[in-house]
Amino acid sequence: MDALAMGNYGAYVWSCFALTLIVIVFSDWRARVRHNQVYRDIEVRIKALEEQE
Amino acid sequence: MWKFFHQWASPPHFYRLAKVLIPWLAVPGLLLIAYGTYAGLFLASPDYQQGDAFRIIYVHVPSAYLSMMAYVFMAVGGGIGLIWRLKLAHAVGAAAAPLGAAFTFLALLTGSIWGRPMWGTWWEWGDPRLTSELILLFLYFGYMALRSSIDDTAKADKASAVLALVGVINVVIVHFSVVWWSSLHQGQTLFKKGGPGMDADMLYPLLAMILGFTFVFGALLARRLRTEVLYRERRTRWVRELVLTPGGGR
Repeated sequence: MDALAMGNYGAYVWSCFALTLIVIVFSDWRARVRHNQVYRDIEVRIKALEEQE
Repeated sequence: MWKFFHQWASPPHFYRLAKVLIPWLAVPGLLLIAYGTYAGLFLASPDYQQGDAFRIIYVHVPSAYLSMMAYVFMAVGGGIGLIWRLKLAHAVGAAAAPLGAAFTFLALLTGSIWGRPMWGTWWEWGDPRLTSELILLFLYFGYMALRSSIDDTAKADKASAVLALVGVINVVIVHFSVVWWSSLHQGQTLFKKGGPGMDADMLYPLLAMILGFTFVFGALLARRLRTEVLYRERRTRWVRELVLTPGGGR
């Protein structure tokens, strides 16, 4: 419990670490989503061109 | 040497290399952050003045450092792109900007949360470090807005490179603001004359966090760069071959 309380600064300390985790996880998730989106768009366009040819 | 550099920075080569690099950056980065978090939260002694609130530095300092480093990446990338017209250089700036903005936002937020119990206020407009860091966030927003407002990638690259180069002055101001002006923000601790002004049990977790954040930033940047390269090269033969290869090169 002492570790959670952090000398009465628990809310400040833990919220900072939680926010950091959120920012890093969100940045990674957003990068993966964007990559898959771009790859899929290119794939669809190229396959459509292949079929036309 | 120059030929090697150009080969290394060629889009198809870099696209494949970055995929290999990501786990080599992410895994050590996450391990260092895990150690730094544990040691910073549970092993380091409380500060004699700030008590346990000082532990916020273990996320605030690496975020603030990355907020500046990402901008330097953008400026160097922009400069190289303008002078040597290296395709990958402009892509570095485009990929680094959202990450830099995220870490600047995090530095401002964690700094503000730390300021409430220590200074008795969430924000102090007159403080040069806080204000220059906020300007840095606006520079990131401006850079991203400028890029997205220009459809032509080559023109967007040039315009945003100029903005990155001009704005890098603010990074110098952020860094030296605590030296040049009277500031509520504490002065330099790690790089001050006579060595770091911290005990070893506080210092090592902080160094681990800074290194860990740098590795994770590298992994995130590599992932974003792959996407940027793929998008820019979407009409090239190598991307066509990549996509049509069974299993692909995702």
